[in-house]
Amino acid sequence: MSFVSPEVFAKQKIAALQDYSVLAGRSISNLFSRPIYWADIYTQMDSIGVGSLPIVILTGFFTGCVLALQSATALEAFGAKSKTGSLVALSMVKELGPVLTGLMVSGRNASGMASELGSMKVTEQIDAMRALGTDPIRKLVTPRVLATVFVLFFLTIISDAVGIAGGALVGVSLIGLNASSYLHSSYNGLVIGDIAQGLTKPLFSGFIIATVGCYFGLKTTGGTQGVGRATTQAVVVSSVLIIVVDFLVSRLMIGIFGS
Amino acid sequence: MTPDVTPSPAAILTPDTDQPVVSFENVSIAFDGKTVLQDISFEVHQAETRIILGPAGGGKSVLMKLANGLLKPDTGTIKVFGEDVTSMRERDLFALRARIGMVFQESALFDSLSVEDNVAYRLHEDGVSIEESHDRVVEALHFVELDHAITKYPSELSGGMRRRVSIARAIITKPDLILYDSPTGGLDPITSTTIVELIVKQRDVSHTTSLLITHRLQDAFTLAMSHFNQATGKMERLANEGIDDSTRFLVLNEGKVIFDGSTLELVRSPDPWIKDYLS
Ligand SMILES: Nc1ncnc2c1ncn2[C@@H]1O[C@H](COP(=O)(O)OP(=O)(O)O)[C@@H](O)[C@H]1O
Ligand SMILES: [Mg+2]
Repeated sequence: MSFVSPEVFAKQKIAALQDYSVLAGRSISNLFSRPIYWADIYTQMDSIGVGSLPIVILTGFFTGCVLALQSATALEAFGAKSKTGSLVALSMVKELGPVLTGLMVSGRNASGMASELGSMKVTEQIDAMRALGTDPIRKLVTPRVLATVFVLFFLTIISDAVGIAGGALVGVSLIGLNASSYLHSSYNGLVIGDIAQGLTKPLFSGFIIATVGCYFGLKTTGGTQGVGRATTQAVVVSSVLIIVVDFLVSRLMIGIFGS
Repeated sequence: MTPDVTPSPAAILTPDTDQPVVSFENVSIAFDGKTVLQDISFEVHQAETRIILGPAGGGKSVLMKLANGLLKPDTGTIKVFGEDVTSMRERDLFALRARIGMVFQESALFDSLSVEDNVAYRLHEDGVSIEESHDRVVEALHFVELDHAITKYPSELSGGMRRRVSIARAIITKPDLILYDSPTGGLDPITSTTIVELIVKQRDVSHTTSLLITHRLQDAFTLAMSHFNQATGKMERLANEGIDDSTRFLVLNEGKVIFDGSTLELVRSPDPWIKDYLS
C-alpha cells in the first residue's frame, strides 16, 4: 500500500469515476447500433438467472419466515397480530426482496464478472479481442448489463413471492394465524406505489452489479493477484452502491406516490 | 467542367512501394511517470520481416501494441498502411485491424471457445457462413500442423500448440501485416524451431510484412539465414552462408532504438553494447 497526497488521491478517484461513467454510458449506447451480441445476452441471462435462482429462493424464503416471526411478536404488543401478513408483504416487496436479491446477485455475479473479465484482461484476451476487431464493451459488458437488469427484475419478483409464502407458512404453522386472512391482509396491504417502488429498484441494482463488476474486471492489472483484488472491490462497491441507491430510489418514489 | 481526378488503373494496381507499411516518428510513451519508449523512429517496408531484439522489459511489447493502436503514445506519430493510428478513433481502428494479424506473447486464446471457434473468431464476427469458415479453419490449422486439435479447448493444449493456434487465428484472414510478440518465448528449443519454421513458411510463401519480437538470438538468426523450400515442405539453411535480405533488425535497449539495419550490419556493428549482447 503506497500513500499518496490528498490531491493525487482525489484526482485518481475522479479519473476512475469518469472511466466508470464512460463505460456505463457506452454499455447502454451500444444497444442502439449494430452488432448486438444476442447469443452472449442469452448465455448471460442463463448463467445469472438460472444460476442465482437457488440462493435467491433460499434467502427470500427465510427472510419472509423470520420477518413473520419478528413482526408477529412486535405487533402482538399492540394487539395487531393479524396485521402480520400486511407487514411482511410490504417489507418484502418494498425493501427486503429488492435489496437482498440485489446483494445476493452482487455477491455471486459482480464478483464473477470481475474475475472473468479480470482474467481475460491479465492474459491479454481483452487486447486480443480488440486486435481481432471486436469492441470488448459491446461484446462483454453490454450483454452482461442487459442480462443482469432483465433477470434481476424477475428474480426480485420470485424473491418477493417466496418471502410472502415463507411468512405465511410461519404465520399459520407457528403463530397460529388464519391462512386466508393472512393472505388477504398481505394482498390488501400492498398498493400500486409499493409494487412500483419494489420493481424499480432491481433495474438500478442490476445496472450497478453489471457495470461495477465489468468496470473492476476491465481495469485489472497485476496478474492473478490483481484479479483477486478486482473481485473483492467489485463486490464491496456494488453492494454499497445498491444500498445507497435503494435509499435514493425509496425517497424519490415516496415523493412520487406519497407512501 | 470538373477536372478528371480519377487515378489511372495502373496507379491503383501498382502498390506504392515507397510508402512504408509501418512507420514510427519520434514516438514516446511513459506509464505512471516511468518512460518506457523514448523518441522511437523506424520504418518497416512492404514484404519486410522486422525482428525486434532487446532485453526483457525494454518496451518491445509496448511498441507492438502501439503499432496496432492498442495503446496510444504520449507524443509522436505512428502510421500503418499510411494511416495515422495515433489520432484514429477506436471504431476506425477496428477496420484497420482487419488487415493486421497479431500473435500475443502468451497466445491470448479465448479460454471459453474451442480451437475452431478461436481460429474462426474473426470470420464469425464478419458473418462468414459456417461451412466456409470451417473449411478455412481446417486450412489454417493444417498450415500450423494442428489438424487434430480442432475440437479441443485451449486449456487442453501445450504451450507450443497454443502458440500455433494463435498463429492460425492471426493468419486466417490473410492479413497484410503480422505482429508476432515473442512467438517462441517460454518454449523448449525443439518446439521453438517448429514455430520459427512456421514463421519462415509464412514469410516465404505469402511474403507478408511482419514485425517479430524475440529475445532468443538463435531464433532471430535462424530466421535471417533460412528459407522455406516449398518443394520439400521444409525450412532449410540458405546456401553459402546466405542471408535473407527481407529480414531486418531493430534493437531496443532502455526504451531507445540502438540499432536499425540489416543482418550483416548488425553482426558487424562496432557498438560495444551490441557486441556484448550478441556474444
Ligand atoms: N499497460 C501498462 N501499464 C503500465 N506499465 C506497463 C504497461 N505495459 C507495459 N508496462 C511497462 O512497460 C515496460 C516494458 O514492458 P514490455 O513492453 O512488456 O517489455 P518487453 O520488452 O519485455 O516486451 C515494463 O516495465 C512494464 O512494466
Ligand atoms: Mg514482451
